[in-house]
Amino acid sequence: MNTAAKKRRFRLNYEQRNALRGYSFILPWLIGFLVFYVGCLIQLGQFSLLEIKIDAGTGTRQDIFVKFQNFVDAFTSHASFKQVLTSSVMDMLIDLPMIIFFSLFVALLLNRKFKGRALVRAIFFLPIILSSSAVGDAINRATAMMTTGVASSTAEIAETGTVSVSYYIQLFGDLALPPTVLEYVVGAVNRIASIIKGSGVQIILFIAALQSIPGSLYEVAKIEGATGYETLWKVTIPMVMPHIITNTIYTVVDRFTTSDIVALAADTYQKYNYGLSAVFSLTSTVITCLILALIVYLLNKRAFYYN
Amino acid sequence: MVYVRKKTEELRKIRASALYLDRKSKALNTVKGFLLGLFRAAVIIGISYVILAPVIGIVSSSFFSTQDSINPMVFTIPISPTIERYTMAIKYMDYLPILGRTLLYTGGVTLLQLLICSMAGYGFARYNFPLKKLWFGCIVVMIVVPLNTIQFPLYMTFRYFGIGSHVTNLHKTAWPTFILTAFGCGLKSGLYIYIFTQFFRGLPKEIEEAALVDGANSWYTYFRIMMPNASPAIITVAVFSIVWQYNDAFFANTFNMPATLLITRKLDSLVDVIANAERINSLRELQLYFDAGVVLVLIPVVVIYIILQRRFIEGVERSGIVG
Repeated sequence: MNTAAKKRRFRLNYEQRNALRGYSFILPWLIGFLVFYVGCLIQLGQFSLLEIKIDAGTGTRQDIFVKFQNFVDAFTSHASFKQVLTSSVMDMLIDLPMIIFFSLFVALLLNRKFKGRALVRAIFFLPIILSSSAVGDAINRATAMMTTGVASSTAEIAETGTVSVSYYIQLFGDLALPPTVLEYVVGAVNRIASIIKGSGVQIILFIAALQSIPGSLYEVAKIEGATGYETLWKVTIPMVMPHIITNTIYTVVDRFTTSDIVALAADTYQKYNYGLSAVFSLTSTVITCLILALIVYLLNKRAFYYN
Repeated sequence: MVYVRKKTEELRKIRASALYLDRKSKALNTVKGFLLGLFRAAVIIGISYVILAPVIGIVSSSFFSTQDSINPMVFTIPISPTIERYTMAIKYMDYLPILGRTLLYTGGVTLLQLLICSMAGYGFARYNFPLKKLWFGCIVVMIVVPLNTIQFPLYMTFRYFGIGSHVTNLHKTAWPTFILTAFGCGLKSGLYIYIFTQFFRGLPKEIEEAALVDGANSWYTYFRIMMPNASPAIITVAVFSIVWQYNDAFFANTFNMPATLLITRKLDSLVDVIANAERINSLRELQLYFDAGVVLVLIPVVVIYIILQRRFIEGVERSGIVG
């Protein structure tokens, strides 16, 4: 009798049981997220206000509360923080449109049927495998070696590189192209290897997006007499617009994790400047998130959601 | 004169006839198609070269003998190829045992990722619970704010791991990675959860309803019915996870993981070790050993990728990775 009453009191309705099951599935992640992720973010905030000293011998830790001294130091007296931060953000903003355009272009190319498509796809996704920091140096060196042929010394590479590039710059300058446009294009050409390397995942995402466009839309466009060019702009681009946003987020995050500013933060804490390192991480992340929010907001206004 | 006029008239008629126009447009189309194909082939071959060039460069120079490396006439194809670089690299990297350990580590982490991330994804896709929107927003936050941001707090967390006075130093072991992955905070876990969520959302609900009617509980449904149906998403996540975990330097550096556990860490010290043990001063020659080491390190992931790539790309297309 007693137990039966207890049972009745704790009996949950269907919805509550469902909620409990749902929580049981996400539980490991939820614990980890709260303990490690949120915990570490809070710690990061704390560290940015502290000066931490760790005794090298005993490993004991000593915290001194210094208010906003670390922020002041980072923005006024640190030698390279502001420069590295601006250059990292600028690099990211320059690479972003290039990577998006390039990966969309390649996805459109690879989405058609042609001979050897499987092989070409396998090659195009190779950069995902090779994007390792461990072998990064070797790959960069090999790229330099292969693009300049037998030139073996760095001086030689620089020479052959600058001669040809400056010639073409002058050529286009004589055609009265605006210098800012010219610089951007030249910069993009110089970065082509890094852009190709940085767009493996984006190509995959765009191919998946292209595959998910219903074929009936293309049939309608054909019946209405649209040319291939019009179909691209009126069907394909609007349909992949939401995925452009996804790719923008992925690209910005990817560029940020490999940027100099993250390397600087890691370098700083390895030199025992813990508080300063926390400030670097915090500032750069906040700035990146703000930029990301702005871009996504602007793109979202133009996006069209099919479903 | 009349004859000429007649002929011109005939010619005009022929030109205006449907058959002629049809042929003309067909010919134009073939030319257009051919030019487009040529353009596409040029672009594809060009980009493929940019991607493959460094790989070709590394592989070829790893076979260079010392004479080849000094000879300015030698480019890409060695005159007197040697496999000495490989024997040395295998010997000094302790290749097979360490590779085995690295693969075990990578495989273990990947299995954990698959389990935890698919569970979370299934929970988000199929159950309604309070605060669901907030938690899913947190997944997006995890994708947007990378682990690099909290690198230093993570370092401290595992440097002094524990509660109260029971504190241990977990650095130089594989524990931090396993603990973080088991709690859904591993390398790019947010992205994997997102992929699984999108995939499970796309599966028809009828299967589970049938299972429910037949009396299967939610865990049985998840393990025995949903997971076998989720192979596209599993393959996608598995390939990403294996490749990124194997190549990862973030956890390795943050937690100072030992070179006896990770082949990529061993590669970092390879040049110094060979320079010391074999008394080699020439940087150019040391570089050749390093190239051989890079090839050895990359072989396993390339093999895994080649085996899984077809299913991987199909999986990406079918797994609704893009939502």
